[in-house]
Amino acid sequence: MGSTHHDPPADRPPGGEPRRDLLTRLAALTCGGLATLPPVLAGVWTFLDPLRRKGAAAAFHPVAELEAVPDDGLPRRFPVVSDRTDAWTGFASDPIGAVYLRREKGSETVQALSATCPHAGCFVEVDPQEKCFRCPCHNSRFAIDGGIVPPSPSPRAMDELECRIGPGGEIEVQWQNFYTGIAEKKARS
Amino acid sequence: MSTPTPGPRRGLLGSLADFLDDRTGYRALVHEALYERVPGGARWRYVWGSTLVFAFMTQVITGLVLWSSYSAGAQTAWESVYFIQHEMAGGWLLRGIHHVMAQAMVVLLALHLLQVVIDGAYRAPREVNFWMGLVLMMLVLGMALTGYLLPWDQKGYWATRVATNLAGLVPAIGPSLQQVIVGGPDYGHHTLTRFFALHAGFLPGTLIVMLAIHIALFRKHGLCAKQPFTKPDALFWPDQVLKDAVACLAVMAVVLGVILVPALRAALDGRPIEWGHLGAELGAPADPSEPYAAARPEWYFLFLFQFLKVFEGWGASGEFIGAIVVPGLVMAVMFLMPIVGRWRLGHGFNIAFTFGLLAGAGLLTALAWREDYAARWTDTAALADVQDLLHETDGDEEKIAAALGNDPVKQAAFAARRKQWDGARHSQAFLDAVDTAHADARRAVELAGRPERIPAAGMLDLLRSDAATQGPRIFAQHCAGCHAHVDPSAPGAEAVIAKSSAANLHGFGTAAWARGLLDPALVGGPAYFGNTAHKEGDMVSFVQNDLAGNDSWKPDDVAAVVAALAAEAGFGDGLDEAVVARGRGLVADGDRCGSCHTFHDNGTAAGSAPDLTGWGARDWLVGIITDPTHERFYDGSNDRMPRFGTADEGAQPPLSAKQIALVADWLRGTWYRPAAAQ
Repeated sequence: MGSTHHDPPADRPPGGEPRRDLLTRLAALTCGGLATLPPVLAGVWTFLDPLRRKGAAAAFHPVAELEAVPDDGLPRRFPVVSDRTDAWTGFASDPIGAVYLRREKGSETVQALSATCPHAGCFVEVDPQEKCFRCPCHNSRFAIDGGIVPPSPSPRAMDELECRIGPGGEIEVQWQNFYTGIAEKKARS
Repeated sequence: MSTPTPGPRRGLLGSLADFLDDRTGYRALVHEALYERVPGGARWRYVWGSTLVFAFMTQVITGLVLWSSYSAGAQTAWESVYFIQHEMAGGWLLRGIHHVMAQAMVVLLALHLLQVVIDGAYRAPREVNFWMGLVLMMLVLGMALTGYLLPWDQKGYWATRVATNLAGLVPAIGPSLQQVIVGGPDYGHHTLTRFFALHAGFLPGTLIVMLAIHIALFRKHGLCAKQPFTKPDALFWPDQVLKDAVACLAVMAVVLGVILVPALRAALDGRPIEWGHLGAELGAPADPSEPYAAARPEWYFLFLFQFLKVFEGWGASGEFIGAIVVPGLVMAVMFLMPIVGRWRLGHGFNIAFTFGLLAGAGLLTALAWREDYAARWTDTAALADVQDLLHETDGDEEKIAAALGNDPVKQAAFAARRKQWDGARHSQAFLDAVDTAHADARRAVELAGRPERIPAAGMLDLLRSDAATQGPRIFAQHCAGCHAHVDPSAPGAEAVIAKSSAANLHGFGTAAWARGLLDPALVGGPAYFGNTAHKEGDMVSFVQNDLAGNDSWKPDDVAAVVAALAAEAGFGDGLDEAVVARGRGLVADGDRCGSCHTFHDNGTAAGSAPDLTGWGARDWLVGIITDPTHERFYDGSNDRMPRFGTADEGAQPPLSAKQIALVADWLRGTWYRPAAAQ
């Protein structure tokens, strides 16, 4: 190739009017651009549709009877069940997540911890022998009350969820998802 | 985009361009691509290939985004397309462009082919490229065919079934071929996943490779310039590109126009614009148990559909000839065009053949349309005598001949009119099916917008449990043989009611219906008991004699009974409670209604007349449809009404409990309505 590719095209017709040529180019680019715009815009418009969608608002869901959580300080796992919508499908009473509930000896107060690891979102499990929580993905370790046990890859303690005893005596938990990987406990909306 | 200029470039961009060029040689490529010589100057007749590339690029862009929201599965395909069309931002426009551009592409293909044939651009050395073009055409048609099924609506489902059944006619491998395409012995999940893979993977992938070769070969041979030249040579960029770009813009304008014209018309008429209903249509979800008389392929395949009718009466061999042999021969002739076209006469033949083909396809399309829409312009009233004669003679040819006095002239005239009448009837069935399909589709979209959304079992499941959709069908099939269901104030209602042989059930349970029942002028008429065994029964004589202006029954009393009955049916909203209570007392009264009718605990023995407890309510309706001979209803005095929900041992009742509930809900008008319409 060398420098020949800098030469003017050999097959260029001589004597073209530069002004007219420029106008033609501009017109060609404009028409081509305008023709391509509708599919591109429609595509981008639809592709970004997920940004308009919001998750379900945080709400209290009945999770278990108080008696189902023995007052031995050990966490028990329960699914959180709620009506939910997935794009076009409506599910009635479908599991949307899981919580650990625990109660100290003689206490009526229940502690609720989200089973989602605050590090990277894996499912935290209970290690019954060492009486602690352990995440199977990156070995984050948490105390039985959800507190962080160093050294742990998780930047914060397990996420505690608001919890109350409902009118029928059942435990209600306010289910929420939180951003993972950051020290601050920040709810996803 | 500036022309390469000699000398060193300055500035960061220039250096970067030099850097890239040294490593990729892109300038030479761009140069090669843009500075193609166009002998005789740029011309409009050369734009078709470029518009096709543009159309394909549009399909790739819109298709990829559609892909990102589409779910290929029998319970999710319709649902995801619904979601794209009606709920995603700009989804209607995206899908509309994809749908209309697909049709534009077929038109552009025809124009491109026509131009190539007329200009003899298939001649040496361009034969191979012509063949590539034919293969590309088949790929595009394949994508059109596979794309039609993907929304999994009634239209696509039934039309595509015909196409895959035709594939089964291919000798020897047909049945296996069909099973492979369909993804099993029946239509289902794998039909969709396969069609989707074909539509978005195999076919476009092959097309891109073939298109690259097609364009490379086109460049290698240069443009097949049309003689004589009237202008000096020009370059592809920018002269021809401008014409190409204008043509592409025109194509896009037409596509957008087709999508937006209904919106414009709505705006001009002052109607609200229904964005979700613009662009591509979405029919009711595919239902193998629901016949669809309006199944037609997309318009550009309509000529093939109509062509098959030419071979009607030939049996399977006719379909084989029409769907495989003839199209195969046509394709063979087209493949031979470059060879045949070497001679002047052959070239003439090719042009004539192509025009003949397009004219034939156009004619067949027009015929198909004419058949489908004949009822719109046929004066069926003028053909009433044909229907009458066919009725009288049961269609027996000898009897018809005898009725026409065995006069050959009259017989020929009758045969011609009979054909016209037949055509109008078929066309009406098609038009009715289109209307039903539109109504079903609208209803499906309405139901999808419920707060509960679509169940996991899919929209079809929901539609099958919808009283508004199923009620009229069940009624038409099982009830309408005797009962009318027509608003008495509607035009033409009287004739319909007069023809029926049991009560008009429109508005059954409402105050209006009960008022008519207690109207001496109506109770013995065809809208109530007039055409039944109860015509001279106790109820009719009671209403006509005792209720007609007499001291014990004042108009107020009748109104109170009407209110009480409507309240029993659950239509008591807005009625004066005191009036209802007084009416209930009158109904229960052993000297009035209660002398025959049981009403709550009035102690009248069951069986002599229908129990009016909860009259017209859902449970009451379900009960009487299930078994009108039950002592709670007509007992031994039941006229002809079948037991729809019970049967003698070993037999199946005509309707399931679910169907009975659906028809009851439909009669009562209780079904989901969107908030805005309530």
